Amino acid sequence: MGAALAVKGSVMMTSLGVRTGRAFLNHLLKTLALLLAVSVIAFALVSASPVDPVQQYVLGVGGVSPEQRLELEEYWGVNDPPVQRYLAWLGALLHGDFGQSLLYRRPVLEVIGERFANSLALMLCAWLFSGLIGFALGCVMGMSRDRLADRVIKKTCYILSSVPTFWLALVFLLIFAVWLGWFPLGFSTPIGMRNEDVTLAQRLHHLFLPALTLSLMSFSNIALHTRQKLVDVLESEYVLFARARGEGAWSILCRHGLRNILLPALTLQFASFAELFGGSVLAENVFSYPGLGSAVAAAGLNSDVPLLLGITLFSTLFVCTGNLIANLLYGVVDPQIREGRA
Amino acid sequence: MEEKQPLLEISDLSVSFRMYDGSLEQRQLQVISSLSLTVYPGEILAVAGSSGSGKSLLAAAILGILPANAAVGGAMRYGGQPLTPERQRSLRGGEIALVPQSVAYLDPLMKVGRQADGHQKPRPTARRRELFRRFGLPEKTERLYPFQLSGGMARRVLVSTALLADAQLVIADEPTPGMGLEQAKEALSMFREMADEGRGVVLITHDIDLAVDFADRIAVFYAGTTVETAPAEDFRQGALRHPYSQALWRALPQNGFQPIPGFQPYAGSLPKGCLFAPRCPHRTAECEAAPPPVRTLRDGEVRCIHAT
Repeated sequence: MGAALAVKGSVMMTSLGVRTGRAFLNHLLKTLALLLAVSVIAFALVSASPVDPVQQYVLGVGGVSPEQRLELEEYWGVNDPPVQRYLAWLGALLHGDFGQSLLYRRPVLEVIGERFANSLALMLCAWLFSGLIGFALGCVMGMSRDRLADRVIKKTCYILSSVPTFWLALVFLLIFAVWLGWFPLGFSTPIGMRNEDVTLAQRLHHLFLPALTLSLMSFSNIALHTRQKLVDVLESEYVLFARARGEGAWSILCRHGLRNILLPALTLQFASFAELFGGSVLAENVFSYPGLGSAVAAAGLNSDVPLLLGITLFSTLFVCTGNLIANLLYGVVDPQIREGRA
Repeated sequence: MEEKQPLLEISDLSVSFRMYDGSLEQRQLQVISSLSLTVYPGEILAVAGSSGSGKSLLAAAILGILPANAAVGGAMRYGGQPLTPERQRSLRGGEIALVPQSVAYLDPLMKVGRQADGHQKPRPTARRRELFRRFGLPEKTERLYPFQLSGGMARRVLVSTALLADAQLVIADEPTPGMGLEQAKEALSMFREMADEGRGVVLITHDIDLAVDFADRIAVFYAGTTVETAPAEDFRQGALRHPYSQALWRALPQNGFQPIPGFQPYAGSLPKGCLFAPRCPHRTAECEAAPPPVRTLRDGEVRCIHAT
C-alpha cells in the first residue's frame, strides 16, 4: 500500500506514502516480535500444564499398547528438553505446519480457517452494529448533554457494559428463542440440513442473536467515548467561534463535530478487536455457534494442544491487525500527522 | 462624536453563573455587574483591564453565546433597537462579528479556506480570495490546515472572517498577546482600518499602551464593571478621573511603575458598595454603602462619587 501510494506524483502524496510505508513496516516488525513472544509464553504455559498430549492422542485412537505408547513418545520427542521441543514446533510453524487437531482429526490451519470464516461473519456484523449504534448514540448524548436523553442513554450504557456477555446471551435466548420463538436456539445453520442447501437468509437468521449480544456488549464503550469527545469538541474554542459566526447546533455537529470525533471513534473501534474476540468466545459458546470462539473453548477443555496454540497465535495476529489498521488510519486521516507538525 | 447615533449601547449589564458548591446548594456567581458601554460607528473603543476581570465574557454576552448556566441582566441596544436573544442569533456572524485571539479558534481538521468561508451557502469563495490577497496571504493558504499557519497568517485569516461577514460591529478579543510589538502594531492597524471605514470596533485588551495608541476611547474594566470611560488622549496626559484608572496609569513603566497594594476582588466575594473601595485611598463611608452611579465628567464617564 505504501509503495502504491508513493508512485503517485505529488510531493505530499509521496511523503504520505513513505510515511505510511514506514509505519507499516515498523508495525509489522513489532507484530512479528509480539507473535514470537506470545508463542514462547503459550508454549511454556502448555509445557508446564498437566496436559499430556500423548494421553489425549491415545484416548482418541484407542487400543494402544504401552510399548506403542513409548514409541509414540519417542517419535514425538515428548521427553526432549523444552527448548528443543519449542524450536522443533517453531520450525514446523515456519513451514506452515501447525500440526493436527487432536479433537477434529484435521490440520489445525484447516480448522482455524473454517471456524474463522463463521466467526468473521459474526464479528463483522457485531462490529458494524456496535460501531454505528454506538457512534449515533454517542452523538445524541453529546448534543443533549445532561438533558433527559443523555441521562437515560448514559445509564443504559453503564448497565450494558457491566452485564456479563454470557448472561445477556442467556437472557436473549430465553426471551427471543424460547418464549417468543423468533430465533433458533443455536448453531449457524438449521439442524439436519446439508451445508450446500442452507440459504443466506437462514444463515443470517442464525447469526442475528449472537451478533446482537456481541454488539450490545461493545457499543456502550464507543458510545460513551464518542459522547465525551463530542462534549470536548462542543466546549472547544473553535466551536465557540463557530457559534459567534452564527452557526447553529446542527451545523456545528455536521461541520465540526463529526469531523473531529469520527477519527478517534474509528480508531477505538478498530482497536476493539481484542474485546470483540473475547466476547465472541462467550457468545459462541452460549449459542453453540461453530466459530473460532467455541473452538478455543473446546480445544481448552479437551486438551487439544496444537489447536489451542494455533488459535492463540491466530488471535494475536487478528488483534494486531486491528491495531495496525487503527494506527495507519490515524496517519492517513489526521492532517497534523499526515502533513507533519509545522 | 456625540451627535452620532450609537451602534451599541450597553447599560447596567450583569452576568452571573449558577454554581453548585459542595453542599448541592445553588448560588449565583456575579462576574459582570452594572457595566455600561457605548460604541459609535467609526471608533475603536478599547476595553482594558487585568486578566480575570470578565472581559471575554463581555464579548460572549454581546454575541449571546454565553454558557447555558449564565444569567444576563440589564439592557443592550444595537442600532437603536433592543438586542434580544433572537436578534443576537440573527446578527452574530453577520452584522456583529467576533475576531478571536488565536489559531485555537479555528477547527484543527478543516482547511483554512473552507473555514474562512464559513457555513453560509453559497460559499463566498471569490470574495474571501480577494480578502486573502488584500491581506497578502499567499494563494496556497486556503489549502493549509490551521496548525500550518504562522501567527501572523492566522490573525489575518481571523480578521478576514469579520470583513467577509460585512460586520458593522467588530469585537476583537485580546488580539495581541504573545505577539512582538511590531506584530501587535500590525494587528491593531487592521482594526484601525476597519474603524476608519465606518465600523465600530470593541477592542478587548489588557495592553493599555497599545490601546492608547490605537483606540479613540478607553473603558477601564475592574472586577467585572467599567469604572471609567475616557478619550484615549486623557490616558496620554494622565488626566484620568477614577482612582483605579489613575493607579493603573501610575503603574505603567513610563509613569513611575508604582504598583497599588491589594488585589482585585474575586467574583463571589464582591464588596457591597464601590468595587474599588477596599483599595481606594479616597474612600469614605458613603463609598462602602452602595455602588456609585455613572457620572458624566469632562467628556468621559466615571463611576466614582469623588472623581473630579
